[in-house]
Amino acid sequence: MDFTYTETQDMIRDTLARFLADTYDFETRQKFINNDEGRDPAIWTALAQELGMLGAAFAEEHGGLGGGALENAIVMEEMGKVIGIEPYLPTVVIAGGALKAVGGAQADAMIPEIIAGNAIIAFAYAEPQGRYDLANLKTSAKKDGGGYVLNGHKSVVYVAPWATHLLVTARTGGGQRDADGVSLFLIDAKLPGIVRRDYPTVDGSRASEIYFENVAIPADALLGGEGAALPLIERVVDEATVATCAEATGVMQKLHEGTLEYTQQRKQFGVPIAKFQVLQHRMVDMFMEVEQARSMTIMATLKLGLPATERMAAVSAAKNKVARGAKFVGQNAIQTHGGIGITQELAIGHYFKRATMIEGQFGTADYHMDRYERLALAE
Amino acid sequence: MDMEFSPEDLAFQQEVRDFIAENYPAELRGKQDEGEELSKEDFLAWHKILYKKGWIAPAWPVEYGGTGWTPTQRFIWSEETARADCIRLMPFGLAMVGPVIYTFGTPEQKAHFLPRILSGEDWWCQGYSEPGSGSDLASLRTTAVRDGDDYIVNGQKTWTTLAQHADWGFFLVRTDKDAKQQEGISFLLIDMKSPGITVRPIITLGGEHEVNEVWLEDVRVPVANRVYEENKGWTCAKFLLAHERTGIAGVAASKRGIEKVKAIARTELDGDKPLLANAFFKRKLAELEVDLTALEFTELRSLAGANAGKGPGPESSLLKIKGSEIQQRLTELTLEAVGHYGAPYFRGFGEGDNEHPIGPDYAHRAAPTYFNMRKTTIYGGSNEIQRNIIAKMVLGL
Repeated sequence: MDFTYTETQDMIRDTLARFLADTYDFETRQKFINNDEGRDPAIWTALAQELGMLGAAFAEEHGGLGGGALENAIVMEEMGKVIGIEPYLPTVVIAGGALKAVGGAQADAMIPEIIAGNAIIAFAYAEPQGRYDLANLKTSAKKDGGGYVLNGHKSVVYVAPWATHLLVTARTGGGQRDADGVSLFLIDAKLPGIVRRDYPTVDGSRASEIYFENVAIPADALLGGEGAALPLIERVVDEATVATCAEATGVMQKLHEGTLEYTQQRKQFGVPIAKFQVLQHRMVDMFMEVEQARSMTIMATLKLGLPATERMAAVSAAKNKVARGAKFVGQNAIQTHGGIGITQELAIGHYFKRATMIEGQFGTADYHMDRYERLALAE
Repeated sequence: MDMEFSPEDLAFQQEVRDFIAENYPAELRGKQDEGEELSKEDFLAWHKILYKKGWIAPAWPVEYGGTGWTPTQRFIWSEETARADCIRLMPFGLAMVGPVIYTFGTPEQKAHFLPRILSGEDWWCQGYSEPGSGSDLASLRTTAVRDGDDYIVNGQKTWTTLAQHADWGFFLVRTDKDAKQQEGISFLLIDMKSPGITVRPIITLGGEHEVNEVWLEDVRVPVANRVYEENKGWTCAKFLLAHERTGIAGVAASKRGIEKVKAIARTELDGDKPLLANAFFKRKLAELEVDLTALEFTELRSLAGANAGKGPGPESSLLKIKGSEIQQRLTELTLEAVGHYGAPYFRGFGEGDNEHPIGPDYAHRAAPTYFNMRKTTIYGGSNEIQRNIIAKMVLGL
């Protein structure tokens, strides 16, 4: 049992933190999220080619640094600290995770492209009727000659407007909510019949509604077994959920630090409002939520390799705690700032918006508590 | 970073399990299961078995009698003793004054007191709080006035846990009335049999005699029994409080507590289903379990930091706050789970009384424990004081 980071992990964190301090200050971020594309592509390229950061979680045989979930957590936490909108989560954590799990020729072909910064992969899994149920799919992939034909509607696909590829869940068999019959495809984002409606998200990113209209996809787009991909999808979504907890930790830390700083400057009744005990205790409660979010992220990261039941219980415990903490820290950061907190002017509100979206990402606190109860509190 | 146990760790875990299974006193186990109040002899029975084995003070440096275990072994030890429902050892000697003596004491103090703490020969109590000095501990007014090679101590202490059993007490006393509050305090070791000491019981909400008032009237204490420099006792006090706060998280015991509540909730019926099937009860229990996991990993991170040379610092206040809240929620759920049978008042078995108490065994101490555990957010520096400590020492406010 060991709770320390390796030197390499410390180096990854420091390198990334320095890079983001130079490139991702709040004003710069606001500028590029509001340009036409909604991002600065040079940052992603630099992360890949100057820092080698996109390879941190991949094996050396694919050109990576040999890391895994801990490295993903480190990167995501630092991204959270700058409310980064880079497509690390769907590209590296989710698609990269699925490719690592599947291995073979698909991994050999695609992982080097991810590491080089050439591939951006969006994860098209949610559907209007499905809420957080990964198996609730109307999107279908029907066998057709040597390949498949894809039809359906995917909701709120983050980073899809920038994507070179889409990772798509679709039904190749079974009923709408069956565990069997779920398949996973990695496809070119520009295939004929893919219709996107792009829009900005409230937390500064871009997303799309995606409609597949008789999209012909090749047979080798299938990742894992046909109709048997649900366990793989559940696993990568668990990995993504923990990575999101890590991001939340970074976001929450900044919400807390920003509030500490503000209360020491802001004067009312002739003194900095940080002198008031009621605010001090609130900021201590926020601090404790940040630390517990960090603890839960580490807990779940270390348990990602356990058998599915234990892994899922650990991930749900973490997401529940982090979602509750993110709400508490976010809302109290705004309350403590007062009126200025509800304007677009300060960074604090933008951190709050990201924290709020993270609460629901891959399942709300209640969703995860339900799952935790089913797994850990059997009658 | 990983959570794996090495083969050596797994062997150690088995050794601990076997040792407990073979050596934990059956009589003590019986009293615990019945929910009886434990006597001094009960507390010391397990202490002496561990002393004989050499496992009484895992946290101490080896040179003073520690076990030299790795942090992982200490983690396994606390897990296994909680899992087997072993009683908690009295902290006053082992966890409180012992570390103060080996950190700040003279060679003579170390040689005399440390072996007696380890063996259980001396039972210690803590003379900190006073009727007028609770959260504001440094305002204490018990005085010690120098008279040759002695101090003459006068004053009153309160909330002194199990002082009725104590052979020795460690006391904070004022040795300089003119200095700033925290700078005029000294740390004295006082023989509880000294003339002038009176111990009077305070009965708490559960009906227990756990705490006392201690009166000191012209009590002579040799200057040789002062730990560290005169007027520097606050340094010892702060050191001790930080140590006390880490142990106070009580993670392993709370884990065991959750298993007990689950067992009760599987037995108790709610309609035609077990109480554990009640969605509202189940949600409270699940949230408690998740919060306990967060506390556990925060403690593990804090221990990793401590191993890296950072002693228990102000962040241990977080462990105290969350640990005590969880302990209270646990007793609250237990009381809720036992339903009607929370009400009968079980006074313990009287002389020649062998009639079984009312209700199921697990209900006997549900209410008294709930009442008693309200103390956890008050003692060791109230949770409000802990928030002040974090605000000042961690957040820099």
